[in-house]
Amino acid sequence: MIDRFSMVGHWGIDNLRCFGKAGILFYRVLFYAPNFRKGFPLVAQQVYSEGVLSLLIIIVSSLFIGMVLALQGYHTLAKFGASQELGPLVALSVVRELGPVVAAILFAGRAGSAVTAEIGLMKATEQISSMEMMAVDPLHRVISPRFWGGFISMPLLTIIFNATAIYGAYLVGVKWLGVDAGIFWSNMQSSVEFHADVVNGILKSIVFGIAVTWIAVFQGYFAVPTSAGIASATTRCVVYASLAVLGLDFVLTAMMIGEW
Amino acid sequence: MLPQRLIESLVGLFLIFSLIALSVLAFQVSGLTSLFPKQSYVVTADFDDIGGLKVRSPVKIGGVQIGEVAKIGLDPVSFKAVVNMRIYHQFNDIPDDSSAGIYTSGLLGDNYIAITPMYNTTFLKNGSKIEMTNSAMVLEKLIGQFIYNIKNGSDNGDKKDAKQ
Repeated sequence: MIDRFSMVGHWGIDNLRCFGKAGILFYRVLFYAPNFRKGFPLVAQQVYSEGVLSLLIIIVSSLFIGMVLALQGYHTLAKFGASQELGPLVALSVVRELGPVVAAILFAGRAGSAVTAEIGLMKATEQISSMEMMAVDPLHRVISPRFWGGFISMPLLTIIFNATAIYGAYLVGVKWLGVDAGIFWSNMQSSVEFHADVVNGILKSIVFGIAVTWIAVFQGYFAVPTSAGIASATTRCVVYASLAVLGLDFVLTAMMIGEW
Repeated sequence: MLPQRLIESLVGLFLIFSLIALSVLAFQVSGLTSLFPKQSYVVTADFDDIGGLKVRSPVKIGGVQIGEVAKIGLDPVSFKAVVNMRIYHQFNDIPDDSSAGIYTSGLLGDNYIAITPMYNTTFLKNGSKIEMTNSAMVLEKLIGQFIYNIKNGSDNGDKKDAKQ
């Protein structure tokens, strides 16, 4: 009986320590930022491997999400004779919700898992401890560029996601289903507001970018240095990042609907 | 690993690409014009009831948008709603005895202000006030009146029957 209690306590303290370690890591990444001249090439490399290489999956999936939204929305709206509202429907749902959330989840799967696996393998093959031996701070050299790379790429990817999803909706709605192009765009412009919708969507994606890269970096840096440990760290990275994105999305949406 | 120069230019392309996407979102999707506000002047009007009028609701003449609602406030003395309208500068020849009314676009649509021009030769200018106003038509009030009328009508009918 006492053993059970002590197990629960042990589990709780372990989790608490995890949060503490994650917080310290985040603090050090944020405030011991690499100096601009030395850090810039490293960050650029990470923006390339996390952002540019994620473009393919982001563009293809956003195009199809926009097309599907337009197809579904058109057939439902047509029942009420409101098919001219297709533009606002697609634009608002993509810009406010689907864009930031789906892009963040795809980013967690495409880039977050890669970051975790890479850092975890560096740890397993003792590259990180050898850096420490050479008096190179692995936080500066390895962790920080990856974090900032993800931080920069996430909003950019979301913006591209939004634009291509709306283009996909335009292709299906206007070119295929025959909604008038002028009505499509003018209704969209009259109901989408730049600050309330587009900027808030980008703010969301910045928060998601921080959350996803933080989780990815943390899981990699504190992975158990074995092949099984790296595997479970990668899985946890994707699962936790997706859950964090969905939970944060609810909180942020509640805040944004209440006008802060 | 690709050479650093190529990586940096690819990242630059990525940045430019996303900036283009942002400007598409801003101008094509959300119709952002507030960065370059149109030249306009402000006209006020007092209404008894503004219904569902909101800031940025359109102001129209004959269905053509000539401005938007800038601010809505309450007069502390008369308890009337004070609506400030921003009217685009190109429409600077609206007679100052025109009347303003609040209407609904479609059956359940948004409210907008319609200005009906009259024949004065002096024009509305910055800070001037529209004196003649029609309040919003609130559907509940109308239904209330309608039901009241029906009731009264049927009561009268009963009395007539009783007299006969």
